Amino acid sequence: MSEMLAVTDLAVTIQTPRGLARPVDGVSFSIAAGEVFALLGESGCGKSMTALSLLRLLPEAGSIAGGSVRFAGRELLAMSEQEMREVRGGGMAMIFQEPATSLNPVMTVGAQIAEVLGVKGEAARLLGVELLDSVGIPDAGRRLDEYPFQLSGGMKQRVMIAMALAGEPKLLIADEPTTALDVTIQAQVLDLLDDLRKSRGMALLLISHDLGVVAEMADRIGVMYAGQLVEVAPRDAFFSSARHPYSKKLFAALPDMSRRTSLLETIAGSVPAPTNIFKGCRFADRCGFAKSVCGSQAPPWVVAGEGHSVRCHFPDAENIAVQQLEEIRQPVSSHAPLLETRELKLHFPIRKGIFKRTVGHVRAVDGVTLALAQGRTLALVGESGCGKTTVAKAILQLLRSSSGSVMLSGQELTTLSNSGLKPWRGAMQMIFQDPYASLNPRLRVGEIIAEGMRTLLPGGADKQKIATLLASVGLDADMAGRYPHEFSGGQRQRIAIARALAVEPRLLICDEPTSALDVSVQAQILNLLRDLQQRLGLAYLFITHNIAVVDFLAHEVAVMYLGRIVEQGTVDEVLRNPQHPYTLALVAAVPSIVATEGKDKAPPLSGDMPSSSHPPTGCHFHPRCPRAMDVCRREYPKASQLSATRRVHCQLFL
Amino acid sequence: MMPFIPVLLWSDILLWLLVAVCIAGAVMARRSEHILTSWRRIAGSANGMAALTVLAAFFLIGLLDSVHYRPRLAQQTGVSISAANYGVEVLSLLDALAAPLKNNSEKTYSAPLATRLFSKETIEEAVVGTDGGTAAGTDARIVRDYPRLIYGGAHLGADTAGAGQDMLVTGLIGAALGLAVWLVMAWLLRAMLPDGRGRKSVLATLAVLLLIFAPLLALSTHYHVFGTDKVGQDVFYLTLKSIRTGLLIGTLTTLIMLPAAVLLGILAGYAGGWIDDVVQYLYTTLNSIPGVLLIAAAVLMMQVVIDTHPQWFATAAERADARLLALCAILGMTSWTGLARLLRGEALKLRELEYVQAALAFGVPRLAIMLRHILPNVMHIVLIAVVMDFSGLVLAEAVLSYVGIGVDPSTISFGTMINAARLELAREPVVWWSLTAAFAFMFALVLAANLFADVVRDAFDPRTRMSP
Ligand SMILES: Nc1ncnc2c1ncn2[C@@H]1O[C@H](COP(=O)(O)OP(=O)(O)OP(=O)(O)O)[C@@H](O)[C@H]1O
Ligand code: SF4
Ligand code: SF4
Ligand SMILES: [Mg+2]
Repeated sequence: MSEMLAVTDLAVTIQTPRGLARPVDGVSFSIAAGEVFALLGESGCGKSMTALSLLRLLPEAGSIAGGSVRFAGRELLAMSEQEMREVRGGGMAMIFQEPATSLNPVMTVGAQIAEVLGVKGEAARLLGVELLDSVGIPDAGRRLDEYPFQLSGGMKQRVMIAMALAGEPKLLIADEPTTALDVTIQAQVLDLLDDLRKSRGMALLLISHDLGVVAEMADRIGVMYAGQLVEVAPRDAFFSSARHPYSKKLFAALPDMSRRTSLLETIAGSVPAPTNIFKGCRFADRCGFAKSVCGSQAPPWVVAGEGHSVRCHFPDAENIAVQQLEEIRQPVSSHAPLLETRELKLHFPIRKGIFKRTVGHVRAVDGVTLALAQGRTLALVGESGCGKTTVAKAILQLLRSSSGSVMLSGQELTTLSNSGLKPWRGAMQMIFQDPYASLNPRLRVGEIIAEGMRTLLPGGADKQKIATLLASVGLDADMAGRYPHEFSGGQRQRIAIARALAVEPRLLICDEPTSALDVSVQAQILNLLRDLQQRLGLAYLFITHNIAVVDFLAHEVAVMYLGRIVEQGTVDEVLRNPQHPYTLALVAAVPSIVATEGKDKAPPLSGDMPSSSHPPTGCHFHPRCPRAMDVCRREYPKASQLSATRRVHCQLFL
Repeated sequence: MMPFIPVLLWSDILLWLLVAVCIAGAVMARRSEHILTSWRRIAGSANGMAALTVLAAFFLIGLLDSVHYRPRLAQQTGVSISAANYGVEVLSLLDALAAPLKNNSEKTYSAPLATRLFSKETIEEAVVGTDGGTAAGTDARIVRDYPRLIYGGAHLGADTAGAGQDMLVTGLIGAALGLAVWLVMAWLLRAMLPDGRGRKSVLATLAVLLLIFAPLLALSTHYHVFGTDKVGQDVFYLTLKSIRTGLLIGTLTTLIMLPAAVLLGILAGYAGGWIDDVVQYLYTTLNSIPGVLLIAAAVLMMQVVIDTHPQWFATAAERADARLLALCAILGMTSWTGLARLLRGEALKLRELEYVQAALAFGVPRLAIMLRHILPNVMHIVLIAVVMDFSGLVLAEAVLSYVGIGVDPSTISFGTMINAARLELAREPVVWWSLTAAFAFMFALVLAANLFADVVRDAFDPRTRMSP
């Protein structure tokens, strides 16, 4: 195999107020032509910095402190800035995580592509159309004249890829290219990248924290931790027998169905700051296998197999034992539902003009019927913008619904006034997606937790209660005096959970509580949530787009598409044996770490979710549905009851 | 019997209140980590600390000029001893300190550091007798010459040849004194400020300030360092007095507009609905009337009211003060819209944030949400706006007074000085020093305020705070 890129002992330093940081500290790897090499690791371990330093695009305060980067036989670190620019244009190209911010909002797509191509006029147009075609953008000629805001997220990422392809690169660096996208769109983009690689013989450096994505795409994998590679292995070897304790922990932290009755493995602590100076193994203080030698001596590279090496003193330590839960999950409770919504609708008016005339409606929620019993978890899944958060807010009466009913313990909430709602506020609480926006930065943790108690509990708040609450979510009582900015994302999410628990709710609505967190931290929060459910008998309405989390935590699932529930039933029914074409596509789109080589997968869904201000006629899904029929365009299918617990809205089952 | 009675002008009360609020704020801020870190960033910035030092010097002068009193008149024979008489003129501490400057008025224009008037006049000159002095004193000659100043360089006597040397010596003595003061202050600051760029910059700025002003002060005891104006008043004194006016306009205006801007801005953003519509309508309307016209109309009306009610004011100073405050109020009325608009936008954004949603889910009352969750998180905007507006308002005063709709003509301000300079510039030869002095001081004040505003914005704006 010819080596396209060879990185040896690459080191990057950044001047920070807290001292000299070494985000990349002696990284060596190589990529052959046409190969996909994946860098895997938690946030903050130096993946992006490695990629940027390959292109010599470091931030102002950063510099490359040593090592060598040989690309197609030439040393990049010795090049002049002028030569480097040629490499960036032609040899190597990069696409970034956030497609929304990588495009210039005031230039048309065509103009931006022409700028990269360096040609003008008709020639640029022809090339532009060709490029957009090659990344699968339909109607390329029209798209050239559009502005980025007119494109969806997936479309923008395609445009970014098209621009990266403009220079016919031999190596494409993709930094979390699909993290900001929905699973169905992610599947489209990954497919596209794979096709391009095959047709152009291009090498790909894929940076990701998602084991599933890596398993689908990579030929070889490098696991990064605290600025260093700790394990390099071919895909199959890695997924069948990862050797480094950190890699093993990453696997054990993944939620899925097989772990339903066990606790997820968590990694205590967090990635050490890049300003640390290390003596022994960088993973030592979080490693379950650490012995005294680990603290004093940096581990050497150990060969563990063909092309598989590990940086650990004890690469042969046995696998992590799975901790079984003591209690078995409660049997299905047949009580009357705690929460029930019936034909819940919420339409946001679209106003225009000086007189704010209503010119239409965003049908964010358009007839949602759900039921949830005490002690159970109902997962609400669906793509971004399909109305999940709006459902949650309508249930909590933070937004007043347009029609339909919400019943909590048999009490109709939609007709209650704000003061009438007060006794019910304590019974239902919410945990939000973004742990950085959900805590008021100006209040101490103690005050944040006390807020709800003071308004809703007759006894008010006291130190003792706050301390107990903090302990119940695994935090120290003396943290009550600190401000939110002193906490990590996972800790903040715990604080948010404590705040909600403070008023003794029976229903907890969790709106993507782990989507902003790393896998290992996500595992901690999921363990905590399940533990709380068993101790307190809470009911969860769990909003997520992560199917693996649903598998791990939920009892029932409702799949939402464009404001409506298209399929609902128990987890086993819906995820093992999906019936609605959308559920089918959704489940198939989830990248899996189980080898899928032989099994043929459903092709990814084409197109994007339409806007909820102009939903398609008939079945909302028909423009993307592979099995759409004539009747689908005309009528919205009524519910068909497939089993006692399962309901589907599709013409196929009527 | 007291040798004076204190006089409390309304503007004094407000200004000292502001000082008290600032001190209370500083004490409270000691407990809040956020504010402290922001201020630490300012304390570590060379620009910020230099600007702050200059501003502090200005404020010191302004505050000295805001302690007013009426002195007891010298006992006159024939008046009964029990009834003390107090002058109608209201003086300030600054007036007392700068008494020589205030009182040593010449007849008319004289150039900076001059010993003679600026233009020739017809004067009688005693002629020393040629015949051995027998008829000395009786002979007088009428000549046209530059008359000798009454106070400027008076200690030199008639012979002004040594003036240059005298000035040099006085200046050097002043500089030496300045250096001594600097050393003392440096020693004090060593204990008060942490070592770093901030302290170095404070010391450097102090050194520059003292090197300029100590010689000026030393010289001003015998000379008019910035010359005199049309009626012979010392221009240095006028500039010092202008500082208070500028500071008052810059601070009190924002103080007056602040409650309205904060209340309406947050209310509009948070409550939305018809409240939002009303507030938006209000500021859009206010904004679409040309500001100068609105101010001119309001000032003229206010002038009429004040002129028709002379009985409201005991002294001329009180009347001038009322006009000044009214001007602040009028400027405040027209300038709250910008801040209100900013705050509305921010509140609109914060309203959707998850911690506000969480509070709503607890059924926390709206007022409490605004106070606990919205207000503290927009305070940085308020602070930035206050500091940024300051320099603009100082300049606005100058412009308004220049066009005659500003402060009372008897109030000394940069604006009135510049207004007077209009005629001086038309003279031949040009009288340049009033304008130059007013301009230099105003420039220093506005520049320092702007620099400081930039640093405050950088330190308090969360967007810039993110990057190290
Ligand atoms: N206040 C609002 N005014 C108008 N439209 C809104 C408002 N809030 C949400 N929408 C629209 O309603 C639809 C559903 O939004 P919602 O936030 O419920 O989606 P979601 O499923 O939670 O998405 P995500 O996974 O991205 O969180 C979207 O089209 C959104 O643009
Ligand atoms: S070297 Fe030691 S501490 Fe580091 S990963 Fe291996 S066993 Fe754990
Ligand atoms: S109703 Fe028709 S279009 Fe809709 S999901 Fe079923 S088959 Fe597809
Ligand atoms: Mg959402």
